[in-house]
Order: sequence, then C-alpha cells, then structure tokens
Amino acid sequence: MTLTEELFAKNTVKLDSKIPDGPVADKWDNYKENMKLVNPNNKRKFKIIVVGTGLAGASAAATLAELGYQVDAFTFHDSARRAHSIAAQGGINGAKNYKGDGDSVYRLFYDTVKGGDFRSREANVHRLAQVSVDIIDQMVAQGVPFAREYGGLLDNRSFGGAQVSRTFYARGQTGQQLLLGAYQQFSRQVGLGGINLYNRSELIDIVVIDGRASGIVVRDLVTGEITSHAAHAVVLATGGYGNAFFLSTNAMACNVTAAWRAHRKGALFANPCYTQIHPTCIPQSDDSQSKLTLMSESLRNDGRVWVPTNPNETRQARDIPEEERDYYLERLYPSFGNLAPRDISSRAAKRLVDKGQGVGPKKNGVYLDFSEAIERLGHDVVQERYGNLFEMYERIAGENPYETPMRIYPASHYTMGGLWVDYELQTNIPGLYAAGEANFSDHGANRLGASALMQGLSDGYFVLPYTIGNGLAPLLGKSMPGIDHPEFKAAEEAARERFNAYLAINGTKSPDYFHRELGKIIWDYCGMERTEEGLKKALELLPALYQEFKTDLRVTGDGDNMNQTLEKAGRVDDFFQLGMLMCRDALDRKESCGGHFRSEYQTDEGEALRDDENYCHVAAWQWGGDPMTPNLNVEPLEFEAVHLATRSYK
Amino acid sequence: MSNHLKNITLRIWRQAGPAAKGKFETHVVDEITDEASFLEMLDILNDKLVTEGKEAVVFDHDCREGICGTCSLMIDGQAHGPQRGTATCQLHMRQFKSNDTITIEPWRASAFPIIKDLMVDRSAFDRIIESGGYITSETGGAPDANLIPISKIVSDAAMDSAACIGCGACVAACPNGAANLFTGAKIAHLSRLPQGQAERYSRVEAMVETMDEKFGSCTNHGECEAACPKEISIDVIALMNKDFRKAKFANRKDLARK
Amino acid sequence: MAQVVTSQRGPVTGTATQQRKKRPFLLDLYSTAVGKKYVMGLTGIAMMGFVLAHMIGNLKMYLGAAHLNEYAEFLKQLLVPIAPEGVVLWLLRGGLITFLLLHLHAAWSLTRLNRHARPVKYQSSRDYQIANFASRTMRWSGIIVLAFIFWHLADLTFGVANTIGTHGVFVKAEVYDNVVRSFQRVPVAIFYVVANILLGIHLFHGAWSIFQSLGWNNPRFNTWRRAFATGFAAVVVLGNVSFPIAVMAGIVG
Ligand SMILES: Cc1cc2nc3c(=O)[nH]c(=O)nc-3n(C[C@H](O)[C@H](O)[C@H](O)COP(=O)(O)OP(=O)(O)OC[C@H]3O[C@@H](n4cnc5c(N)ncnc54)[C@H](O)[C@@H]3O)c2cc1C
Ligand code: HEM
Ligand code: HEM
Ligand code: SF4
Ligand code: F3S
Ligand code: FES
Repeated sequence: MTLTEELFAKNTVKLDSKIPDGPVADKWDNYKENMKLVNPNNKRKFKIIVVGTGLAGASAAATLAELGYQVDAFTFHDSARRAHSIAAQGGINGAKNYKGDGDSVYRLFYDTVKGGDFRSREANVHRLAQVSVDIIDQMVAQGVPFAREYGGLLDNRSFGGAQVSRTFYARGQTGQQLLLGAYQQFSRQVGLGGINLYNRSELIDIVVIDGRASGIVVRDLVTGEITSHAAHAVVLATGGYGNAFFLSTNAMACNVTAAWRAHRKGALFANPCYTQIHPTCIPQSDDSQSKLTLMSESLRNDGRVWVPTNPNETRQARDIPEEERDYYLERLYPSFGNLAPRDISSRAAKRLVDKGQGVGPKKNGVYLDFSEAIERLGHDVVQERYGNLFEMYERIAGENPYETPMRIYPASHYTMGGLWVDYELQTNIPGLYAAGEANFSDHGANRLGASALMQGLSDGYFVLPYTIGNGLAPLLGKSMPGIDHPEFKAAEEAARERFNAYLAINGTKSPDYFHRELGKIIWDYCGMERTEEGLKKALELLPALYQEFKTDLRVTGDGDNMNQTLEKAGRVDDFFQLGMLMCRDALDRKESCGGHFRSEYQTDEGEALRDDENYCHVAAWQWGGDPMTPNLNVEPLEFEAVHLATRSYK
Repeated sequence: MSNHLKNITLRIWRQAGPAAKGKFETHVVDEITDEASFLEMLDILNDKLVTEGKEAVVFDHDCREGICGTCSLMIDGQAHGPQRGTATCQLHMRQFKSNDTITIEPWRASAFPIIKDLMVDRSAFDRIIESGGYITSETGGAPDANLIPISKIVSDAAMDSAACIGCGACVAACPNGAANLFTGAKIAHLSRLPQGQAERYSRVEAMVETMDEKFGSCTNHGECEAACPKEISIDVIALMNKDFRKAKFANRKDLARK
Repeated sequence: MAQVVTSQRGPVTGTATQQRKKRPFLLDLYSTAVGKKYVMGLTGIAMMGFVLAHMIGNLKMYLGAAHLNEYAEFLKQLLVPIAPEGVVLWLLRGGLITFLLLHLHAAWSLTRLNRHARPVKYQSSRDYQIANFASRTMRWSGIIVLAFIFWHLADLTFGVANTIGTHGVFVKAEVYDNVVRSFQRVPVAIFYVVANILLGIHLFHGAWSIFQSLGWNNPRFNTWRRAFATGFAAVVVLGNVSFPIAVMAGIVG
C-alpha cells in the first residue's frame, strides 16, 4: 500500500474534489450543463461577500454584480485599483494560437500540468486552459491596450516553460492594464450600486455557523473599528503569502491573514511548501533593504544568462572574453536555453553563486546580458520591448543595462500553495470560496510564467459566477444568521482582544524586526533548496522566535485610529504560524518537485527527483489548535490525459 | 558602487487625524547607503521610532515598484520628489547629498483629506472612474479579440495614457488642485480605442462633471505633467476638452432625438 | 434570525452615468469648469483681436495727426450708409464689454473654485517645474489690465481724465492731441508702459493657454504654440509701449 493510500485512509476531513464525469476535455461543459441555476429575479436576494479586489476579486465581484447578486467587496487597500496584481509585468497566457505555431487548449493544459511537475489537478488545469481564450476576448473588449503588430492584430511573446508564443502583454505593465480593466468593470458596478465597496477594511476573521461560512469580521484601518458582515457566500481572493520570506517581489502589504484566519476556522491549507522563487530579480544591495524588485521573465526572451567561469573574476563584464563566460542555461538545457522554467533556472543560478561565481559587489547575482540582442535587433527594438524595465533597473541598481549587463538573482515571488478548494473553488467549509493566488488549485508544484493572471481572471470571470450559483440555489428562501448571532459577537470580541494584546505586550522589538528574522529562517531552510535537518532546525527556531514575538513585541500608538505598526503585528503573527506549517509540509514531502527541492532527492545531474509512488497527492493541512500540530489530509492525484513523466527541458 | 550619506535632516509633517492640527517634526538620519530607496530610509526611521516607544510615521506605500500608485509624498516642494518620471517609492538616496535637509509633506487638496501624518484619502479618483471611466462590456458577451484590428500607433497612444497609476501627484502638484491630467488620461485611453466609441461622449461629460464637484480647474500650468511618474502629457487635457465640446453637441442631438 | 438582505442593490444593467437635466446650451456648457475655460478662451481671443487691431490702428500716430484723426473718424463711419454713423462701432464696443465681463466672471468663479480645491496651502515652499510667473499671476495681470482700461477710457474716450494735471481742452475728434496731451504727463506715460507690459505677460501665458483650453492640440503644431504666444505678446507690447515713449521722447507731438 503506497504512502498516499495510507495517509488517505487517515484523513480527518472528507475531501471531495467534486470533479465532474467524462473525459477531461468535456468535464467543464458537463458541469455547466448539469449545474443548478438561480433565477435572475432571485439573484438579488443573495448577498455575496468578496474579499480582495485583485484580478480574481475584482473580476468575480463585477461579474456577480452584473448577474444581479448583492455584492459587498472588501480590500485593505485605499482603492480597488491598488491590489498586488497591478505589479505583474510579463503577460498573460491564452491558447488563441494567433501565431499559428501549433498552440491549442490541450497544449496549454499539457504545458501547465508538466510545468507544475504533475502535482496539480488535471480537471482544474484543463478548465483553466479552456477559458484562457475567453479571458483575452473579455479584456480586449474592455479596452486593455495589449501590444499589437503593425497590421493591428494582437502580438504575442513566448514565456518560460513553453515552446509556443501564447503570451499577451501590454509593455511591461500587463498586470496593471488587466487589473485596471477589471477595476473599471468593478467600478461601474459600484457606481450602479451593485457593489458596496469597503476600502481600507481588513478581514480579520471568518465566521462559521453550523458548519457554513456565514460572514466575516473586518477591521476598519482608519478608525480601528471592528465590525461584522453576514452573507450567503464568502469569496476569498486575497492573494498569496510570498511575504512570509520578508524579502520578496510581492507588494509590502501582501499577507496571509485572510487565508490563515479561514484555516484556523477549519479550512484546509494545501501544499504550503510549494513556493516559487523567481530567477530574474534585482539582487539585494544592502541589509536595510525591505523589498526585492522583479525584472520580468520576458527579458529572458532576448537576454542571455551567464557567469564568469573564474570565481575570482575582477574585470568588468564587457571585458570578459566569450570563452571565459559560462552561458549555463544554454549549456545545461539546450532546447529551452534561457527560457527554462523558473524553478530550474533559479536553482542553476543559486548553485553557481554558491560556488562563488556570482557577480556584483556582493557576488550575489548572475549576468543577464543584452549586448547580443542589441546587436541582432538594434537598440530601438530592444528599447521598444523592454524600455521601461531597463529604466526601472537603472533607477534601482544605478547601472545602464544597455551598456553593462543586468545583475539578477532569484527571489520569492509566488506561492502555489493556498486554501484547499474543490472543482467549484469551494473550500471544505460550505459557502467559503477561494480564488486567485489564495487557493492552491491550478499550478501544482510550480507555476509557469504568465499563468497566474490567467488563473485569477478565469476564477473570477468564468468559474465562480457559475459555481457559486450552483451552491446558492438550494438556499433560496432559507433564512441565514445575521450579524446579531452570538457567533459574530464572539468573533468580534476575540479579534478585539487579539489586537489589544499586541498593544499590551509593550516589549522592545518592532513587528518589522520579527518579520525580517522570520523571513531569514524561512529563506535559509525552506527556500530554494531544502534538507531534512535544515527543516528540523527551522521547526526549532521558529517556535522560539514566535515565543519571543509574543513576549517582546512592541507596538506603539493605539488601536482606534490608523496604525500601520498594529496592522503589521497582526500580519506577522499569522506569517509565523504559516511559516511553521510551510516547514512541516516541506519536511513531510520526501521528494523533490517543482518549487519544492529537497537536496536528498535529486538525480545525478541535480534535477528534481519526484516520487510518484508515494507523493502524487495534495497535502491539505487541518488546523490542529496549535501551529506545530496540524493534521495532514491528502487528496490523491490521478492523471488520465497526461501521463506522469519526468520533467525534462533538455 | 555604494557609498554612504551622512547626517540627513528630515522635516516630516505629523498630524494625528483629519481634524487635528499638524506640524513639522524634525528627525536626523545619521547614516544611510545611497543604494537605499527613499521609503527604505523612512522604514529605518520608523523602526527606530517604534523601538524608542514613539509612534511610527504613517505613509502610504505598497508595490515599491512605481506601479500601484499608493506612495504619495511631497518631497522638498515637489510631488514624488526631485527625479522626473519617478514615483516616491522608486526614488533612491543617490538623488540626495550628505547634510541635506529634506522636507516631507502629504498631498494637499480638499478632495484628498489627510487621514494621518503623510497619508491621504484619494477615493475621489475612484468616484471619477465610477461615473464613467470604463467601457461597458459585461462578462461573457465579448467578440474575438482579433475581430477589430487596432492600429499600433493608436493602441500605443492609448497605452501611454492608460499607464496612469492613479497616484494623485498631478492634483498635488497643480497650483489649482485640478485633476484634469488624471481624468484626461483615462478619457484619452478609452476614447482613442474603437471599443470606447459607443460611450465616448456620455463618458466624457459624466467624468468631467464628477471631477468638477471635487477638484479645481485647469489653467494650464503644466505642473501635473512634470510631477507625473508616468510622464503623461497634458495633451490628454486638451483632448478631454475637445471631446467635452463635441459631447456637448453630440449628446444634445441624442437627447433631442428621443 | 435576521435576513442578511440588507442593502438594496441598484439596477443590473444600464450605465452609471446619470441622466443629465436639460439646460439651455450655453448655461449647460458654462456650468462646468471646462466650459468656463472655453468662454475664457473665446473671449480672450476676441479681446486679443481687438488689442492687436487697436495697436495697429494707433500706429497711424506716426504718420501725423491727420491720419490718426481720420482713422478715428473712419471707425465711426464703419458701414455707413448701410448702418447709421457710429452704430457698428457701438456694436463692437458692446461686444467688447460683454466679452470682458464674461472673461472676468469666468476668471472670478474659476479662481474661487481653485481656492476651495486647496483650502490648506502647502506648509513648505513649493518648487515649481513648469508653472511660470505669467501663468501664476494671470489674475493679477488681468485685474491691472482691467484697471488700466477704466483709466484709459476716462482718459482718451470720455476725456474726463485727459486734462487732469495739464491744461488744455479735450476735443473728442482731436484724438492725436488728446494722446499727446495725456502722455506728456510722465506718471500717466509710465502707468501706460507698466500696464501694457502686464498685458503682455497676461498674453504670454494666455495666448499659449487657449490652445489647451479649446482642445486644439494637434501634435504637429504643439511646438509652435509657445512661439505664437511669445510673438503675439511681444508685438502688442512693443507697439503699445512705443506710443508713450515716443511722445515723451518728442518723436510724436
Ligand atoms: C512582481 C510580480 C510580477 C508578476 N508577474 C506576473 C506575470 O507576468 N504574469 C502572471 O501571470 N503573473 C504574474 N505575477 C503573479 C500575479 O501577479 C499574482 O499571482 C496575481 O495577480 C494574484 O492576484 P489575486 O487577485 O489572486 O491577488 P492580489 O492581486 O494579490 O489581490 C489581493 C487582494 O486581496 C486583498 N486582501 C488581502 N488580504 C486581505 C484581508 N485580510 N482583508 C481585506 N482584503 C485583503 C488585497 O487588498 C487585494 O485587493 C507576478 C507577481 C509579482 C509579485
Ligand atoms: C478683466 C480683466 C481680466 C482678468 C481678471 C483676466 C483673468 C484671466 C484669468 C484668470 C485667466 C485664466 C488663465 C488661464 O486659463 O490660462 C485668463 C486667461 C486669458 N486671458 Fe484674461 N483676464 C483679463 C483680461 C484679459 C484681456 C483684456 C485679454 C486680452 C487682451 C485677456 C486674454 C486672455 C487669454 C487669451 C486667456 C487664455 C484663456 C484660455 O486659457 O483659454 N484677458 N484671464
Ligand atoms: C499705449 C497704447 C494705447 C494707446 C495710445 C491707445 C489709444 C487709444 C485712443 C486714442 C482711444 C480713443 C479712440 C477714439 O475715441 O476714437 C482708445 C480707445 C480705446 N482703447 Fe486704447 N490705446 C492704447 C492701449 C489700449 C489697450 C492695451 C487696451 C485694452 C486692453 C485699449 C482699449 C481701448 C478701448 C476699449 C477703447 C475704447 C474704444 C472705443 O471707444 O471705440 N487701449 N485707445
Ligand atoms: S496622471 Fe500621472 S500623476 Fe496623475 S494620477 Fe495618473 S500617474 Fe499620477
Ligand atoms: S498643473 Fe494644473 S492647471 Fe492644468 S495643466 Fe496641470 S492641471
Ligand atoms: S508604492 Fe506602488 S507606486 Fe510607489
């Protein structure tokens, strides 16, 4: 009996992924044909809370409001337009095959499953590939100015892990343009009264009554007031937890609080150890740094990655002769070259830097060189394609990429793990849905470039609006608990106590200090490469530091007006608890797959070595009352359409 | 490579709340690397303040990549500080010298009430967008993306104004507290595109009227363009004025028809 | 148990832009700031036309008394006999006055709007990048020009101020003598010079600004706007300023 079966037998929660019948290509259509519907006049009788106004949240809220539901939308940002989705640079995939280079829904589906190292749910991924096509249409109709060719048709570029050009982009600001598109559609509904927007309001707890999600508790960041909101369904589109590493490419405010509070209320947290380290970020320049900046992966279309062969190299990059350069990606992965997937490129860079071949003042980077591209395409074309990225680099690094090659190094970027959801994107708590980066659904152990925007929008535009209706239909006419229900009062009270407690500790160290230390531990032991003893070490260090956090934290100011230190304290608290789960998950998964690389499990060439026999499953964790004692539940993964194979990009 | 700035004096606006009376507070940063960003300098200051038991300076920020438009500081009398086409978060200490005195204020406009210290409420921008800053295309009904070819020049021009990050620097910099650059940018983006034609004239009228309720008027000072981190040209303002004129005629015709 | 359906949601479709009330076209336009700028621009252009023509007309001064007086007479005779003497001139005057008043009202209400838009000023000094002296003093240059116009009318049109501080009698038709008499008073001459320089400054920004306000922004001509405004302001100022100076220098008179 395999480990998967063993663990499955021990599940503490019944995990029903609700995958529809039929061949993978027909599942979504079958679902839509058989789902229950809510009559247009009845939709207005249902209230849906959408937390998060990123791509997933804004598109879901807008579409649900258009359908006629009452929608209350929450964001801790000052405006729906600020969500972290705005930072996405490179592009969004769509299986349009406009380039006629042999792309198809199946190929996008296949690439994504393979890219995810066979740790994602086939049915979800195929649905994603199917609707990717509609997303592009929808966004163009909204006036998203995607890049075009002189003929006036849409342009595409290729992205890591794919051999076709299927990525649509708007300069280096694709995420911004997509989010603004969704934001405008969302704003139209706010103007119409279809959506009530609560900005600068942070979800701090979820209320579950009789096993069903009945509403949320939020803290008004401006007044510190804590209030409850009830609804028939709650959607969490609250983004990823990459900031657990402290230093990451995520926006400063990104946090796990919403997902984590749901987890503590019984929602399972799946694959927390699947985190993505992006290969092309600007290396850390000094220790006071609080944020790393991504240089879009699209740069790898024309940039060549190399390091000097001699570790003691002292010359300027341009003075180093060809034969003393190691274009290691082209050497190791001839067929994908500089476009090898992220996890692979990242580890390759780490190895060389660890060997001392790193470049830059701290010897903590590798070169991304455009001189060849500038010769081939000319300065203008390169500027046309990457101009604004080059400017951004120059502002930050103070070097001009047209002359000296960029210096890049991997950094935490995306989190594949998240709340466990079934095919309907519903968590194991009825009425609680998770969309976008906040759920674990589609990317398995590694996400391919330009597919997160795609997933966020597919969840919000084309999946939730159907599946939520299917869930609400049976509730018609049933009365739901309101915010006067004792459970709400209790949750509010608990939240108040939690925040007052942070203020009361009155220790000596700021939340930032703890976040930084926490991040170091997770980066060192649960980062690009993980080992058994490393993770065990982390699982000793973390509780100790968490203890210190609880006793030596200092939060100044008070709880009844804008207090960013207090906000931060709450978020760091949740990061601590999540951090322990990440390490525990990484420790238990005794294989290497995608973003999760255990040094003990690798091929002779140092590639990830999967163990499909024992680990071809989703690890979904249940809150066990203490961050160190979670209960493991597994969902076995079956592959019908794609055959389990070792991932090779050679 | 990296060298260090010494003895930077910061004059920072502190204000307990919207109604409270504010004042400048002086802090000294003894040493900081010029690799650090302006906001990282404030992070360091705040960390110090908190450990000393003082309240941290409240300021808005998020992406730190110059794209979300959250950061918003008036630095030495310039919105987003001295570097052209650069948001506060992208400003690095390279732009300053040892012994500099740097004055930091919040955006000031009646449409942007101060929440606390350097943080203001820019919801007024959302109201403008809600009043018409969109193309109505409800989910599901969209035709194939390549159905309407759009000249590269047109779509590039649309992209130029779509690049607006909604930071509010234009309003902050404008001697009249006018939002014409922000509004003009959105109108220019949408009305340049074929998809945007159907609502072109209702959009411009609605947005201009909403803008009028909250902001000042444009007398073509051109400060907004200089402050704009995306260097959006005041051409969009002229374009908005032109569309507004056309709308006045076009819409009246339509009203007369029905 | 309370039902959660609390908020009443709005319509499902339609557009968020509210049905606008029907108003007389001009009022409707004028009710918005953008509309007011159109009025400023159009009246500004008309007044620009006037000052230019007026300056050119006054150049006759250099040809001698007869020419200037003839010219004044000619203005009265415009379109005679189709229209009775002076009518057209009065129409023009009427037009000018309305333009000035409209321009003034628009300026006044926009200024109030802008004050409201920033009740609390910046507490530290601003470091302007583009905005120049001209653009930031439009109100003041304008007001002073207005004051000038009052004096000017009293001086050379109605004559009441024409003889203050000198002797002699104001004869309406003797335009040339009136001008000379007036400018022989040094303070008056200086006031004329100053006022006209301020007008120039007003136009230096105004003549550029109109293109933005009226939505004439053909990128091909953008570069020429500045040149046009500078040139226009320069011509008007040089022409106008030359008269008092010429009189004081004895070239005219
Ligand atoms: C620098 C960078 C570049 C990227 N580039 C690409 C790319 O080129 N292509 C691609 O496909 N993907 C890219 N990604 C990934 C992609 O941008 C994100 O995965 C995706 O945008 C996530 O969208 P989302 O809607 O799920 O969450 P987000 O956009 O993060 O939105 C989260 C929302 O939830 C709200 N929220 C969170 N917690 C709470 C709470 N407790 N209470 C109230 N509100 C809350 C926030 O206010 C926010 O509105 C990039 C990511 C980064 C960091
Ligand atoms: C009654 C006295 C006057 C006042 C108070 C006044 C004031 C102003 C103000 C405040 C503006 C707005 C600045 C701008 O929008 O750029 C303006 C614009 C202008 N003014 Fe005046 N002005 C006066 C007289 C005049 C005169 C006599 C002329 C012409 C000879 C003139 C020509 C212009 C022009 C061309 C503009 C630009 C309009 C635009 O930008 O659309 N003004 N004036
Ligand atoms: C220094 C230069 C100027 C000189 C020498 C001058 C001279 C005159 C004279 C002689 C008249 C009387 C004409 C008549 O009664 O037949 C006159 C009228 C007038 N001037 Fe000027 N002027 C000058 C500048 C200006 C300027 C700058 C303005 C406006 C901004 C202006 C506005 C007027 C007006 C409105 C009238 C009345 C026109 C009429 O009654 O028909 N003048 N000017
Ligand atoms: S126009 Fe420029 S300055 Fe104004 S909000 Fe947009 S980006 Fe900011
Ligand atoms: S600065 Fe202000 S006046 Fe107009 S041109 Fe810009 S809005
Ligand atoms: S913080 Fe996002 S633009 Fe500055």
